[in-house]
Amino acid sequence: MPKNPDIKKVLVIGSGPIIIGQAAEFDYAGTQACRSLKEEGIEVVLLNSNPATIMTDKDIADRVYIEPLTTEVVEQLILKEKPDSVLPTLGGQAGLNLAMELEEAGFLKANNVRLIGTTAQTIKKAEDRLEFKETMEKIGEPVAPSKVVENIQDGIAFTNTIGYPVVLRPAYTLGGSGGGIAHNEEELIEILGNGLRLSRVGQVLVERCIAGWKEIEYEVMRDSAGNVITVCNMENIDPVGVHTGDSIVVAPSQTLGDKEYQMLRTSALNIITELGITGGCNVQYALHPTSFEYCVIEVNPRVSRSSALASKATGYPIAKVAAKIALGYTLDEIKNAVTKKTYASFEPMLDYCVVKMPRLPFDKFISAKRTLGTQMKATGEVMSICTNFEGALMKAIRSLEQHVDCLMSYDFSHLTDYQLDEMLHKVDDRRIWVIAEALRRGMDYQKIHDITQIDIWFIDKLAILVEMENALKAAGEAVKAGVPAAEALSEELLKEAKRIEFPDNVIARITGIAQEEVKALRHQRGIRAAYKMVDTCAAEFAAETPYYYSIFDGENEAVSTHDRKKVLVLGSGPIRIGQGIEFDFCSVHSTWAFGREGYETIIVNNNPETVSTDFDIADKLYFEPLTPEDVESIVDVEKPDGAVVQFGGQTAIKLTEALMKMGVPILGTAAEDVDAAEDRERFDEILEQCQIPRPAGETVFTAEEAKAAAHRLGYPVLVRPSYVLGGQGMQIAINDQDIDEFIGIINQIAQEHPILVDKYIMGKELEVDAICDGQDILIPGIMEHIERTGVHSGDSISVYPAYNITEGNVKTIVSYTEKLARALHVKGMINIQFIVDGENVYIIEVNPRSSRTVPYISKVTGIPIVPLATQIICGHTIRELGYTPGLQPKADYYAIKMPVFSFEKIRGADINLGPEMKSTGECLGIAKSFNEALYKAFQGAGIKLPKYKNMIITVRDQDKEEVIPIARRFAAIGYKIFATKGTARALNDAGVKAITVRKLEQESPNILDLVLGHEIDLIIDIPHQGAERSRDGFIIRRNAIETGVNVLTSLDTAAALATSMENKARELTLIDIATI
Amino acid sequence: MKAYLILEDGTVFTGVSIGSAREVISEIVFNTSMTGYLEVLTDPSYAGQAVVMTYPLIGNYGICREDMESLKPWPDGYIVRELSRLPSNFRSEDTIQHFLEENDIPGISGIDTRALTKILREKGTMNGMITTKEYADLSEPIARMKAYQVKGVVKATTTKESYVLPGEGKKVALLDLGAKKNIARSLNERGCQVTVYPADTAAEEILAANPDGIMLSNGPGDPAENVEIIQEIRKLYESNVPIFAICLGHQLMALATGASTYKLKYGHRGGNHPVKDLETGRVYISSQNHGYAVDARTLDPQVAEPAFVNVNDGTNEGLKYVGKNIFTVQYHPEACPGPQDSSYLFDRFLKMMEVND
Repeated sequence: MPKNPDIKKVLVIGSGPIIIGQAAEFDYAGTQACRSLKEEGIEVVLLNSNPATIMTDKDIADRVYIEPLTTEVVEQLILKEKPDSVLPTLGGQAGLNLAMELEEAGFLKANNVRLIGTTAQTIKKAEDRLEFKETMEKIGEPVAPSKVVENIQDGIAFTNTIGYPVVLRPAYTLGGSGGGIAHNEEELIEILGNGLRLSRVGQVLVERCIAGWKEIEYEVMRDSAGNVITVCNMENIDPVGVHTGDSIVVAPSQTLGDKEYQMLRTSALNIITELGITGGCNVQYALHPTSFEYCVIEVNPRVSRSSALASKATGYPIAKVAAKIALGYTLDEIKNAVTKKTYASFEPMLDYCVVKMPRLPFDKFISAKRTLGTQMKATGEVMSICTNFEGALMKAIRSLEQHVDCLMSYDFSHLTDYQLDEMLHKVDDRRIWVIAEALRRGMDYQKIHDITQIDIWFIDKLAILVEMENALKAAGEAVKAGVPAAEALSEELLKEAKRIEFPDNVIARITGIAQEEVKALRHQRGIRAAYKMVDTCAAEFAAETPYYYSIFDGENEAVSTHDRKKVLVLGSGPIRIGQGIEFDFCSVHSTWAFGREGYETIIVNNNPETVSTDFDIADKLYFEPLTPEDVESIVDVEKPDGAVVQFGGQTAIKLTEALMKMGVPILGTAAEDVDAAEDRERFDEILEQCQIPRPAGETVFTAEEAKAAAHRLGYPVLVRPSYVLGGQGMQIAINDQDIDEFIGIINQIAQEHPILVDKYIMGKELEVDAICDGQDILIPGIMEHIERTGVHSGDSISVYPAYNITEGNVKTIVSYTEKLARALHVKGMINIQFIVDGENVYIIEVNPRSSRTVPYISKVTGIPIVPLATQIICGHTIRELGYTPGLQPKADYYAIKMPVFSFEKIRGADINLGPEMKSTGECLGIAKSFNEALYKAFQGAGIKLPKYKNMIITVRDQDKEEVIPIARRFAAIGYKIFATKGTARALNDAGVKAITVRKLEQESPNILDLVLGHEIDLIIDIPHQGAERSRDGFIIRRNAIETGVNVLTSLDTAAALATSMENKARELTLIDIATI
Repeated sequence: MKAYLILEDGTVFTGVSIGSAREVISEIVFNTSMTGYLEVLTDPSYAGQAVVMTYPLIGNYGICREDMESLKPWPDGYIVRELSRLPSNFRSEDTIQHFLEENDIPGISGIDTRALTKILREKGTMNGMITTKEYADLSEPIARMKAYQVKGVVKATTTKESYVLPGEGKKVALLDLGAKKNIARSLNERGCQVTVYPADTAAEEILAANPDGIMLSNGPGDPAENVEIIQEIRKLYESNVPIFAICLGHQLMALATGASTYKLKYGHRGGNHPVKDLETGRVYISSQNHGYAVDARTLDPQVAEPAFVNVNDGTNEGLKYVGKNIFTVQYHPEACPGPQDSSYLFDRFLKMMEVND
């Protein structure tokens, strides 16, 4: 069936800010779909509140609205833009929920807008727990015994009939929000109560616990003619019980015979047919490990994280095909873009093994529970490809950028056997390392399986890796005993170690042979990485899309072409706190710009969720870990003319030195200048030359030195490791005790670089992203943070243009930026953060690379910063490109970037904002007035107030003066204020009515009861720092977050929220970013 | 033990010997299925060929004997990248290593199967040798390889005597040309009583039993080689008994009615090929295993017309016979291994038999 000619203008709804459970995969899917629609001549209107996305670029969609994802906004947008269709299946759960609300309200029908890619009925059948169950029963597909309940009593009654444990799944939530496994009535009441509140429709499914079964997923597609295919199946190494987003996943399934494989495949096709889906769909199964019994766990009637993974794992572009299907095409009419010979109705066949590992945020949330369960906790993921499972796993491990590179990276050798046994029972992110330790001690497979329920096939593969460690250890012993390295590390042993992807540095570490020698031995023996192609068809047809992965057991098929200049673009790896989707935005735009400059482009990255790893972004894609060795192997084959590191965040920057050693020129700012910005002493020299002040500071290595430095500088001081991103490990210390504690934490992670101790200056924080061509400097705009210094810039609300600084400040900032860019010989991008204290301007940090704010500032100023910087790297100048150097004129609207957090997903994480970044994503509010922009930004972040108009305030003594006017403003809006004793007294004394609440340790009703009473909109809680930190505050904040109460830990944010609520105009003005 | 795979073009792959260590010459073909290695090994259509599995990890779930599609493995040789050292599945009874040894099938593992597949894709199916002997001079073994032809394989794989698989419903005569078990099983499951006949059974004998329908099975080798069988099938065509044919059966029926067949460059072997029903426009993902195809240009439109076509390369995938209760498909509705999407064709066959009553 050809394209439906009635579809001319389509509204695509994105997924909003990156939060746990909804990450970059929807930018990837949305971008691919928009490009696919535009290819067909469709006018695309895009709505997404996330400015860091590629889909919100004007070259991806025709009209771009970065506005809050609320029904009001969508309604207004539909009335304004009059699209004939809405495509809601690409924006994850957020987009789907919005479309459903509008459909249910009859708004779409009333305005002659059709839903394409799905129907309301389909969504209901798949997502409404009851309808889903009925649908499955109708076609004879088994589901676990379950019941939808709407109150706690029914939940208890039903559970009593099926027995504990039970799984609780709230309807219409994301990433398993509010779900969990209850083992007893107490847990049931807690989890169920919470789930009922979080569900959009107040429903929770109580279900027989099938924990321990194999978890298998199928990605299936269907077109309007009813043709159905499977794109891929995947097996979770972790059994049912761990959210698939937190599981280690392998594609295709490894332990299923054809009978099981086909049984579930047929089931998935029956389900997609019955649901009437036109597009992609994900079906999750629990398969009994010792029978053919299975249950359908869940169906996602849309593109999902799993479909992004399946696309990258197979080369089959699910979102692109789904978009074409939505327009009316059938699978046999859509060409397979990878082979250009076969059609979209050809099921992909893999001739390799894919492993996905989650990137968990426990390095950021040290106090959080590491346990994995049905609530997803990962912020991102990595994928790797190899011809064998062991190799794919090893590659995935080192792609995580979590200071792990093999199964020895977490050391459990100090545990007693009993403790190890206990650790095996605990499912957390280190489980495979725990199993490896158990294997080292000779625990038998069956016992490990009985405890973990992980299939023995996978346990044996871990054992193969442990055996290799042992073989290498033995080689190391031999070397110590005097055997020459070349003999101890025999060709056979080295070959096998490389086949299963032991990196040289790990081989060196285990054997004690120098890494250079390992490499030399390898090269002497011709053991080099070769590259194979992901072609969707297991080599049955010649593919035209060069998408490669490395192996050590076969011939190279990567063709190194040299007809054009060639550039290596290093990606940014997994999405984690501090390094989000922004850097993928930068990598992709830089790649495109290099392409336009006539370069052959090569992307290296390992993140399956991103646009950069889509098959048609660069001329070549290497899906590989971003370590020096992995990159060097690519360099050996491709021999690029240069590499660009300034767009891939810290991941790419960290490779600078290694690339230099390989002889690959760094394009743009030279490596030594990058180093000058990061090296404290060299940077201080530069500042001195330029006569730019910075907060006094020192470089230290030990806690003693740090304390001495702090005494010289005077507390409070900022303590942080150098060479990190997102303020990792950064803290404000107010006394010696704090320093001891922080340095202890910093030293937990391998610390090759010194620690910085700086005087903490309280003031306004400002930020600039600039482009320098070596001579001239272009500053698109100055951003001002709402929160004062001390809150990480990534967690601050950022306002463009700066709204509260003097002309003098502006002049100084521009002058400092120009001086620094020149002094550092920047060619390309530079990001500088300033503190403004009165007329004094200090430098806090300089990053000679692209930053987190680049996508945002590009979009709101209309200046294509990354393409410009890329062109400059290629040798153009700012003037030649038609820009006038210097600070660009201010926009006549305000654009406010608001951080978004995922605190509710991470049990035990402290939400207190500080110098260490904690937000997972961001959204934008853009409007003519400051207040409206702020209002939009808060709406976009999901803070939709007022609701009950009750709030709690609890602040430190030193904040009491400052909180009074803020409290007064909330009272004026109509808020009833509760406060702890001291705060209440201060407020009442100042004439702001406040009701005193008892402290946590006091009898009920106390502050916790108030929070759990669910009628509190907001808590303003300024926690004590350091030793005075109270456990109580932590408990209150956690309970508030977990029950959906907004908590603000900065007075500046609180004041901003009051401002936004004072915004009277509720009719929003929607701004088309594409016209800026 | 080291083993070598030598192709007739002189390419040599060095790996490790698996199964039997004896030397074998055969036609090398590749299969892209990711699961179902035991079904592939026991599919009689591979008689006379050595199979390369493009999926690199083989043997993961061991040997589940009930999944065998015939009583023994048929390929002359087995070529894989990696055999799992520890199978894991609740039904697993054995390892594939042991299974190959037990059945004296030579094989090789640890080679770059993708590189091999690319050679076969580019140069077409060719002969090769699996050996543990190191040849200093390849000319002698290559001469032997070039001389090799897949011959007499239907006779080798068919049942020696006819037998009956009881059922209460329709009586089906199944001509075993090297049949996979699941064909009879699919009919049995639909209540049919299935009488399985050796490939060289005379048409008269089959028709004398008054079957409600005749099923021509899959099978190995060059279809045109089966001159006598084709003559018998011609007689079956001329009867009014409904006929459903699969794979080799489909090719033989085409040959029996005047069309011709040709050898594909490297065949279709896997579980992912889309075939399109020309009548409804629907596309089905099919299980395939064939090196030859019916040349649609040689069809007499008065006799047969294309019913199914391969979406990727446009080759013929099925025929319906004009004025006859006969339909034939090139692919495998009995699956095993592969997608079960076309099992409805057995229902169609049943309906055809009912209508014919």
